[in-house]
Amino acid sequence: MTVEELFELHSEEQARLRRLENRIYCCTAAGCVSCGAEGLRSAIAAAIKAEGLEGRVEVCGSGCLGLCSKGPLVRSAADGALYGELPPEEGALLVRPNPIDRQRLAAKRLDTNAPFFARQLKIVLANSGQVDPERLADYIAAGGYQALAKAVTEMTPQEVIEEIKRSGLRGRGGAGYPTGLKWELVARQPSPVKYVVCNADEGDPGAFMDRSVLEGDPHRVLEGMAIAGYAVGAQQGYIYVRGEYGLAIQRLQTAIKQAEREKLLGNRVFETGFQFRVDLRIGAGAFVCGEETALIASIEGKRGQPRQRPPYPPESGLWEKPTLINNVETFANVPPIITEGGDWFASIGTETSKGTKVFALAGKIAHTGLIEVPMGTTLRTIVFEIGGGVPGGKFKAAQTGGPSGGCIPEQFLDVPVDYESLTNIGSMMGSGGLIVMDESSDMVDVARFFMEFCMDESCGKCIPCRAGTVQMHDILSRLTRGEGTAEDIRLLEELGALLRETSLCGLGQTAPNPVMSTLRYFRHEYEAKLASGGRQ
Amino acid sequence: MSVKTLTIDGKMVTGMAGETIFNAAWEAGIRIPRLCHVGGVSDVGACRLCLVEIEGQKKLLAACLTPVEEGMVVHTNTERLRAHRRLILELLFAERNHVCSVCVMNGQCELQDLAAEAGLDHVRLRYQFPKLGVDTSHERFGLDHNRCVLCTRCIRVCDEVEGAHTWDVSGRGARSVIIADMGEPWGQSESCTSCGKCVQVCPTGALFSKGRGVGEMRKDRRFLKYIVTAREKHQWIR
Amino acid sequence: MQDNRAKFLERAMSRHHYSGDALIEVLHTAQELYGYLTPELLKTIARKLRLPPSRVLGVATFYHFFSLAPKGEHSYTVCLGTACYVKGALGLLETLERRCAKAGSTSADGKVSVNTARCIGACGLAPAIIRDGEIVGRVTPEMLEAELSTLGIR
Repeated sequence: MTVEELFELHSEEQARLRRLENRIYCCTAAGCVSCGAEGLRSAIAAAIKAEGLEGRVEVCGSGCLGLCSKGPLVRSAADGALYGELPPEEGALLVRPNPIDRQRLAAKRLDTNAPFFARQLKIVLANSGQVDPERLADYIAAGGYQALAKAVTEMTPQEVIEEIKRSGLRGRGGAGYPTGLKWELVARQPSPVKYVVCNADEGDPGAFMDRSVLEGDPHRVLEGMAIAGYAVGAQQGYIYVRGEYGLAIQRLQTAIKQAEREKLLGNRVFETGFQFRVDLRIGAGAFVCGEETALIASIEGKRGQPRQRPPYPPESGLWEKPTLINNVETFANVPPIITEGGDWFASIGTETSKGTKVFALAGKIAHTGLIEVPMGTTLRTIVFEIGGGVPGGKFKAAQTGGPSGGCIPEQFLDVPVDYESLTNIGSMMGSGGLIVMDESSDMVDVARFFMEFCMDESCGKCIPCRAGTVQMHDILSRLTRGEGTAEDIRLLEELGALLRETSLCGLGQTAPNPVMSTLRYFRHEYEAKLASGGRQ
Repeated sequence: MSVKTLTIDGKMVTGMAGETIFNAAWEAGIRIPRLCHVGGVSDVGACRLCLVEIEGQKKLLAACLTPVEEGMVVHTNTERLRAHRRLILELLFAERNHVCSVCVMNGQCELQDLAAEAGLDHVRLRYQFPKLGVDTSHERFGLDHNRCVLCTRCIRVCDEVEGAHTWDVSGRGARSVIIADMGEPWGQSESCTSCGKCVQVCPTGALFSKGRGVGEMRKDRRFLKYIVTAREKHQWIR
Repeated sequence: MQDNRAKFLERAMSRHHYSGDALIEVLHTAQELYGYLTPELLKTIARKLRLPPSRVLGVATFYHFFSLAPKGEHSYTVCLGTACYVKGALGLLETLERRCAKAGSTSADGKVSVNTARCIGACGLAPAIIRDGEIVGRVTPEMLEAELSTLGIR
């Protein structure tokens, strides 16, 4: 496909969609699929056929519509209405509703002016729920691949990097390293062979942002990777995706095939001299592979064990070649930055953290699901306005950053959510899982739960992490059973410091965070559990 | 090759570009504790005992993997490092079943020496007492998993020097164990050449020669330097 | 029916040019074809990819996705992600372990394999399980009890 053909297809498909009387989008992300989205979709398709409305009304799958707790979700394009918890027979009514049907449907209609929807700002998720993730034409109609076209035909690689630097985009995988700087490091390497790797090994328990992006808008990630490939001078990309994400893998495979067929990926992208291929690598159940050097080992077919950095992957990564590794959400931010400009992106968010962040809300919160908000939004807004608060209970803590993060108590609800603020209060941004806990949560047990996770996921290479997580888990278990002593708490702190300072990789270094943050804010709960009943 | 000058524990030291801090310190007579490093094979930075403080660096770095740089100021024996090393050793003792009094390496063991050096007289952590086996199927050697510290020296010497790659690690985390070939008894391994290099580099009594009583096992790692020098420089010097 | 599995496995290896780097891809294919990885299968893979046997076993045991023992007729995987944990996943696991088998193993009659997963990403439906490859959300111990009874498990 040439750039001209891309724009032709873009207007053709837009015109086709306008001619339709209605298009019904069924959320086919994993959450809705597990509450019957496929049955709903076939019921609607059957109704279209029965009413003889083929070619006038269409049903299609779509990416995550956000409010997972009300699944299966359906969006009707004609009036923009969103429906939740729709059984198949009611879904069929959407095709040609009479006044009685309308009334029946109105009961299932969700208020899209409610804060859950109104307070969000969607950049990464802009297409999620607006395009059929299995149709390339849908993505193109939504302006897809125009950023790649612009980059390879109008910009030099250095200009692309400058644009990313200007945007202030930082890595969305958790650590928040400036994306533009990383790209520049890789671009500067003289090696003729370089790689771009998309880290889709989303493993934090309670996080499903990347999965939703891959399921709902896979082409966006491919486009972001291709732009990165152009900017840094790589011809090959890999997406390392969790084996547990069956649907995301399937959607990615489809998307890669489609893009290759249309020469949006492959030997002559847009019939220029730029070439870029993308292959999938399926993870096999090891959390540590989210760590970049372990991920590299895993792509190379080895045990997923990290190695000391430096050298960092931009210098020596996959097969010892310069390698750019970014996560799914980071790549998904790239196309809009190229299209709209870095300054536009930099105008959103806070001083140090630009743009938006996708969060997966879960736990004791009214609206569980996927949200995207500008950086700097307060936790209070996220939990109480967007999330609808804690049903039938009192807010106790929000856990961010998964097993590497911490528990944030009530007193910090008004802290703006950005990289620095969260780190300052002993947690971290992480990849975006946000789990709300109420009064019924036992914080020592929460700490034990995360430590068990790290213990099971430790690769076993370095001693502090391999043996230290076992000992910390042992102590926490003793405490939860009411058999701990004051000396145990001291040992816990000593071990925590050891792991943080001496572990080989990020998994071990951050493993004590949940313990340290609960000790900091909920120490009384630990003390109340001592065998001596809190008396020393 | 260019020479770098740096300061280690207040002493001016020189090293070749690309040489590690560990080696430069060793040449200058400064002994940094280590368990997974052994001269002659690649380094993995796994035991974390050789971590050092480098001025201007927030993170502690493994001396065995960090190359010397001009003007570097390195501290290898601060209060903070000593505390970390002690606790790492405690972790190791509590992890498996290390009973010096009945071990063939009693008195010659690197782990025991490190503990003595650190003044470690008791372990505050709870012993895990894992149920681990002893493989005595090989006609000359034995492998006692209870004494293994998973330093992987045996794996590296077998792979890099002997070229057999008999050993590897199976499982992960605390369930990691050293395996021969497809996890079969060592004596049935098809790839093992019975060269014994793994036994000689093992820092503890995990790999031992049969027929040795308590405290009778001696290990000699000089062979490694001999082979490596011969291979790389074509000089056969003892 | 002819057993074409060896042929399919061979094809997968040849697609990767028998490269050792493709070990994990090949193990994925082998497990898909055979259900689990036997020592013989691993030895064949090691020989064809020209890798040391211990490295192949080392990789196969590092990743929890690979199974070295046969699986039960039915499989239940309880998600132990934080969201599911907060919403009572441990109760589900307790039910399965009491009636079928300990996590990571198969019941003595070979009917049910019980496993745990670290977040399957269906947090909106917590607590969730994967039953025979399909995600089921908002599961209660009572639902599980009833289901196991219909499978004839006491």
